[in-house]
Amino acid sequence: MAGATRTPTNLTQGGKTDAGIGASTLRPDGTLKVTGEFAYSSDMWHEDMLWGFTLRSTEAHAEIVSIDTSEALATSGVYAVLTYDDLPTDVKNYGLEIQDTPVLAHGKVRHHGEPVALVAADHPETARRAAAKIRIEYRQLPLVTDEASATAEGAPLVHEGRDDHHIGHVPHPNIVHRQPIIRGNAAEAAKKADVIVSGEYVFGMQDQAFLGPESGLAVPGEDGGVDLYVATQWLHSDLRQIAPVLGLPEEKVRMTLSGVGGAFGGREDLSMQIHACLLALRTGKPVKIVYNRFESFFGHVHRHPAKLWYEHGATKDGKLTHLKCRIVLDGGAYASASPAVVGNASSLAVGPYVVDDVEIEAIALYSNNPPCGAMRGFGAVQACFAYEAQMDKLAKKLGMDPVEFRQLNAMEQGTIMPTGQPVDSPAPVAELLRRIKAMPLPPEQQWLAAGEGADVRALPGGLSNTTHGEGVVRGVGYAVGIKNVGFSEGFDDYSTARVRMEVLAGVPVATVHTAMAEVGQGGVTVHAQIARTELGVEQVTIHPADTQVGSAGSTSASRQTYMTGGAVKNTCEAVREKVLQLGRAKFGTYHPAWATAELLLEGGKVVTDGGEVLADLVDVLEGEAIDLELEFRHRPTEAFDLVTGQGNGHVQYSFAAHRAVVEVDTELGLVKVIELAVAQDVGKALNPLSVVGQIQGGTTQGLGVAVMEEIIVDPKTAKVRNPSFTDYLIPTILDTPSIPVDVLELADEHAPYGLRGIGEAPTLSSTPAVLAAIRNATGLELNKTPVRPEHLTGT
Amino acid sequence: MRVNFTVNGRKQEADDVWEGESLLYVLRERMGLPGSKNACEQGECGSCTVRLDGVPVCSCLVAAGQVEGREVVTVEGLADYAKQRAEHGGCASGACGTSLDAAQRWQSKPADSQTGENTELSPIQQAFIDAGAVQCGFCTPGLLVAADELLERNDSPSDADIREALSGNLCRCTGYEKILDAVRLAAARGENRTAGQGA
Repeated sequence: MAGATRTPTNLTQGGKTDAGIGASTLRPDGTLKVTGEFAYSSDMWHEDMLWGFTLRSTEAHAEIVSIDTSEALATSGVYAVLTYDDLPTDVKNYGLEIQDTPVLAHGKVRHHGEPVALVAADHPETARRAAAKIRIEYRQLPLVTDEASATAEGAPLVHEGRDDHHIGHVPHPNIVHRQPIIRGNAAEAAKKADVIVSGEYVFGMQDQAFLGPESGLAVPGEDGGVDLYVATQWLHSDLRQIAPVLGLPEEKVRMTLSGVGGAFGGREDLSMQIHACLLALRTGKPVKIVYNRFESFFGHVHRHPAKLWYEHGATKDGKLTHLKCRIVLDGGAYASASPAVVGNASSLAVGPYVVDDVEIEAIALYSNNPPCGAMRGFGAVQACFAYEAQMDKLAKKLGMDPVEFRQLNAMEQGTIMPTGQPVDSPAPVAELLRRIKAMPLPPEQQWLAAGEGADVRALPGGLSNTTHGEGVVRGVGYAVGIKNVGFSEGFDDYSTARVRMEVLAGVPVATVHTAMAEVGQGGVTVHAQIARTELGVEQVTIHPADTQVGSAGSTSASRQTYMTGGAVKNTCEAVREKVLQLGRAKFGTYHPAWATAELLLEGGKVVTDGGEVLADLVDVLEGEAIDLELEFRHRPTEAFDLVTGQGNGHVQYSFAAHRAVVEVDTELGLVKVIELAVAQDVGKALNPLSVVGQIQGGTTQGLGVAVMEEIIVDPKTAKVRNPSFTDYLIPTILDTPSIPVDVLELADEHAPYGLRGIGEAPTLSSTPAVLAAIRNATGLELNKTPVRPEHLTGT
Repeated sequence: MRVNFTVNGRKQEADDVWEGESLLYVLRERMGLPGSKNACEQGECGSCTVRLDGVPVCSCLVAAGQVEGREVVTVEGLADYAKQRAEHGGCASGACGTSLDAAQRWQSKPADSQTGENTELSPIQQAFIDAGAVQCGFCTPGLLVAADELLERNDSPSDADIREALSGNLCRCTGYEKILDAVRLAAARGENRTAGQGA
């Protein structure tokens, strides 16, 4: 379709010779982002576009008796109103692992905020007002809201006729997946314990709260297909789910990644993708959909809230004897990534510790609560919250230092996981704890630092001027966590990269084309760094990510630098080989080193490993373009046994440790986190600046869940009470302390450049470290996130 | 209705504006200036911060009709705004915008590469890039406008001052540490420049 548009562009960066891997190269999209010119998905624009709007269920579980769209359709400026009956094919559901999520509700709704109808109009407000005129009659159904109501005799089934019990040994149709892990004999081992501690822990529902709302633009094509510009984490996964619903072959759904304003797992599932395409194909006009913040809270899955029961034992000299635990994750109305979250929660339930005898069980429920799926840390976060609280309880009972106790039980390279999988790369758990403990503590009572009365900004409560420090006490807490990297449990995880090398305007340049979703993590920066390192060129162009190249897999599971970075590296190596072949054919007779030496591409030249220059790349490539597309896979994994949980399920592990320093106003129940120091092993820092940024960002999301973040679902109605930034609080710059970062680089010999996925690990231990510090300050036994004032004041 | 106002030094006229439209909507969808971001449209996140007659405001909370005859600076105009301030001294009054004559002669200056390399940036914009304060970047425009206004008022802010000034701007990616670094960097560079001129 012709017409003026705003869509993504190439990113070209050049002129830096020291901008290869290991350098803190600056982002190629940085200038566009600071000038406001970067094209985010909500900035997409087409000159004659319409606006789409989604009407959502006001009920959590109800039969849809009738829908009347006539008044909405008659509204001036409205071009289309669509319901379930308008879906063009028999494929009416989608889903990441289980296709159980309706494109539009049919027959009934299963959660508050489920999409029921769509409107396209010439102004967003027209669409909104027309949607309000759609009359829906609901008949309320009984609710399933927790494990007891889900598995009670005669409980209503969230999904009737569910026939996919093969996904696990699920004891009830309202359980999505179940993964036990049994190793050794926990009951027998418990007899050796001198102390046993147990606890019940509750982890609240966290939201990814990315700032860029779900949004995009669908443009109908002249061939009956559609072009979709959208923010997502995995273009090809979206494509696989979108095309069948539209009744189009995949090649007729052309997807281009638009600027992504953060993701954190919340863009793994579809949101407005199919809706925009349906409206565009129906009206024959481009359709843009942009969620507002309210709708965004209903438009993506959240982090699974969890209840965790843990029992640990230890001998009096401080060695862990056994672990028994049960983890119940609430998956909400649709499966999303729940099966994989269960796999992670169970296989990482023991944490980074050596425990030979374990009895672990994790399940995810179907309920009428909001759907939950992927979020940074993915199942490992909830477990870390519980096992780290247990470590502190054990250390206290044994009269040991909590850090020394952890170090005594820390896993290391060679440790066998509860799944039977040996850890075959560095696992510096004790060392990370040592580093974090060795950091100097921040000075006490900083509100007095100015010397002229209290600077209230440094106190809990801050500018509210609620205290001058009278009831404020300090606490220090530690935590450490383990996260798997990459897709596990036998998934065929791969990524694809296309690399082109040619001479343009007299300069050798490389173009990297992948379908990797840049969601802010800096993948575009490291791809250019890798290309510079492997191909010896200065100028690298990053092509917009789209479905014209093979899949890059998801930007999640801390896998993208490993996987698509690995794909770019391998493809660059193959391109380099072709360049050298070309060089040998053109110039091989001039110098024997062409045949005998190890050759490299450096500084725009072909050089020997001894540094002797053989040719300019410009001369080698003149008139030729080398263009290759290759896939990259990590080593294979296998599924966990459904009864014993045994199996080499994970690719790589990532470790981070935190020390939190907090000040608590015990009179007001307010907490100020003074410092959150972190030490993390990254294997190899391809871009140290980005690495530190990721670690600080992940740490802050863990801080948020510790003291303020929670989606509150009314237990009686299963309706969301706080879908706004007024009521769902994320940390501001006043809530976030200084975050000193200590980066360790112990190479993993199995990974590209020795790197280790880093994005998620810092989110794990941040939360339990803050909780430990608050417990240390107050002496209270806190077992729930987030800590609220009433938990601290007992009111 | 029709709204006449000045955006980044240029006279603008928006027609057929519906009474409920926000300044943010008019800037993004009618003026083709998508730099001000639509993260919450509730005045909670600061992503849409612009200067209205010099004062930082959430443009999502300003009705378009309220800007009639007034002067708006968005992130797209930040570099020019900072440049004029540097050339003409302080600008706390907001009166240092482009003259009408200059506005009429204004032409867009496309960058010489698609990444905008060699684009002229304000000190705070450059500092955000150099300090690694930009990740997904969705909060960046609002933070830049707020931070630039802080440095205009206070060229040597303490960390507490920076935190207070930026407390209305949410960022979900960075953990804010590098944003603090960026503001410190811009302040330090400002001091160096003054020191250099004095020597």
